[in-house]
Amino acid sequence: MGRTLAEKVWDDHVVRRAEGEPDLLFIDLHLLHEVTSPQAFDGLRKAGRQVRRTDLTIATEDHNTPTLDIDKPIADPVSRTQLETLRKNCAEFGVRLHPLGDVEQGVVHVVGPQLGLTQPGTTVVCGDSHTSTHGAFGALAFGIGTSQVEHVLATQTLPLAPFKTMAITVDGELPEGVTAKDLILAIIAKIGTGGGQGYVLEYRGSAIEKLSMEARMTICNMSIEAGARAGMIAPDRTTFDYLRGRDHAPEGEDWDAAVEYWKTLRTDDDAVFDAEVHIDASALSPFVTWGTNPGQGAPLSANVPDPASYEDASERFAAEKALEYMGLTAGQPLREINVDTVFVGSCTNGRIEDLRSAASILQGRKVADGVRMLIVPGSVRVSLEAVAEGLDKVFTEAGAEWRHAGCSMCLGMNPDQLAPGERSASTSNRNFEGRQGKGGRTHLVSPQVAAATAVLGHLASPADLATAGQSDVATPAGV
Amino acid sequence: MEAFTTHTGRAVPLRRSNVDTDQIIPAHWLKKVTRDGFEDGLFEAWRKDPEFVLNQAQYKGATVLVAGPDFGTGSSREHAVWALQNYGFKAVISSRFADIFRGNSLKNGLLTVVLPQETVDRLQKLVEADPAAEVTVDLVSRQVRAEGVTADFELDENARWRLLEGLDDISLTLREETSIVAYEANRPSFKPRTIEV
Repeated sequence: MGRTLAEKVWDDHVVRRAEGEPDLLFIDLHLLHEVTSPQAFDGLRKAGRQVRRTDLTIATEDHNTPTLDIDKPIADPVSRTQLETLRKNCAEFGVRLHPLGDVEQGVVHVVGPQLGLTQPGTTVVCGDSHTSTHGAFGALAFGIGTSQVEHVLATQTLPLAPFKTMAITVDGELPEGVTAKDLILAIIAKIGTGGGQGYVLEYRGSAIEKLSMEARMTICNMSIEAGARAGMIAPDRTTFDYLRGRDHAPEGEDWDAAVEYWKTLRTDDDAVFDAEVHIDASALSPFVTWGTNPGQGAPLSANVPDPASYEDASERFAAEKALEYMGLTAGQPLREINVDTVFVGSCTNGRIEDLRSAASILQGRKVADGVRMLIVPGSVRVSLEAVAEGLDKVFTEAGAEWRHAGCSMCLGMNPDQLAPGERSASTSNRNFEGRQGKGGRTHLVSPQVAAATAVLGHLASPADLATAGQSDVATPAGV
Repeated sequence: MEAFTTHTGRAVPLRRSNVDTDQIIPAHWLKKVTRDGFEDGLFEAWRKDPEFVLNQAQYKGATVLVAGPDFGTGSSREHAVWALQNYGFKAVISSRFADIFRGNSLKNGLLTVVLPQETVDRLQKLVEADPAAEVTVDLVSRQVRAEGVTADFELDENARWRLLEGLDDISLTLREETSIVAYEANRPSFKPRTIEV
């Protein structure tokens, strides 16, 4: 019988297999950041162990880093200690590090792909659940805990029980103005935050094949929000074209050998998935969340749901709690929800295409009075590219704040936070209670919806700008 | 890791579904570089409410958490497991756990037990009616016992053995050195490297 993409990559990394034991898998790439690594390095030190493969390991600073005044000492002494600990650990164990101020610094899941380190058919791990992002290349990529970080540092392997496989087939054309973010939010709303539990998801179908690499990363990034361990997309010409010429992409004969191998990384026609889900892309529209988990979402054109409409008691209770926390009432149109803050950034939507699409909407328009808009590029490279294209000017002229790269308000470990009761439209991945700051209320949205929302001051799509008298403004070349 | 064989203690009912790791331990606690001292961060936002179950005197000193479905969703932070352990929990019972949280718990000796939702409901009702009721989580016989409740649970044999023996995964894997070296010798040259060594 044929094998799925996930099974092929898994099989190619089995170091040891024994009856009744988890498979021992080899890890091709280990990404580190400051938050989930200090206790792992400490464990190595106490046991007198080394990092086995420094050549398969790379670290960056992202979760804690400030997005303003990066040349000044970090004000929060605890954040500063954590960054200093990473620097000390990387120096001691010989790990390549891109610290704050370095041109390759940025959100770990933006840095790996842009360096060309994330490649098809590799196993990629990081002490961060959004490691699923890298699955967009046909890599088997998943988040791990700190004990496993230590395990990979010491052995370059992980003992793992096999995953189940789920096909998410998306056919049809995404309508104009509907993005990868809307699609993944709709998928999570459909299968639920626990729907992917125990599975590796494979996104396939004509609508997925048409997506750019960056859009594919947005999709795979949020696989974890459906409870899945990983999400994958079979590599194709789009993948190869993205990788060719990047710093760590193979060259010459190695490139040819790699592409030959990468082309085999497709689910066989006779392979059987453990579960299958079908989505019609043409039926989708801009999608936003109203609740406190990423599965509590609805089309922007809908109303806040009535908890009484849920048959399942625990879902009903969860919806009641969510509305209470979010300060919303059942039946209220989502479009009438006003926001205080708009955040564009994160490992979900902090790449150059995301910034371009937000800029194309803000061009010639102004952020509404009383709304704060933060633009946080996913990496320094993304930031430089945006500046070269003049996007930073578009943002600042519209009244948005152009910031330095990092995780920023996605999780508010640095000073970029919501105040209690403040409400955001955010291109990030989690709308959990207090995620963006204690008492903060988060609506997850696409970059386009974020930009239109910033202009109108309430949740809105670009199509609403015309209706609101914010007619299209000519877009200069290059934006 | 401390071995886990069997544990008996009082239990706390947490009637919420989808308890994500941001609720278990908020991000600002993740700046610590140690594995201890997280107990005050556990469910920090909810503990500000005097009515929250952990603030009720009758549940002080409880060591088993009986939680709603989809416990531990979201971030991979192992700090969530450390916070539960630092607070004094030895076991968590739910009908469904998020994968990464479950893996993290078992690597730290916090036993996460999956039981059918109706059994979880019965346990929650029991400890709500009688906060002094004791719950036994027995890994040797893979069974949860409390007054009027006897429920078998599953845990794969390998994970169970590691927990019962308190074995360290890294030492076990390092016994496979020969297999790792053999695998490394056959990796294709086109695989990426972060530095030249």
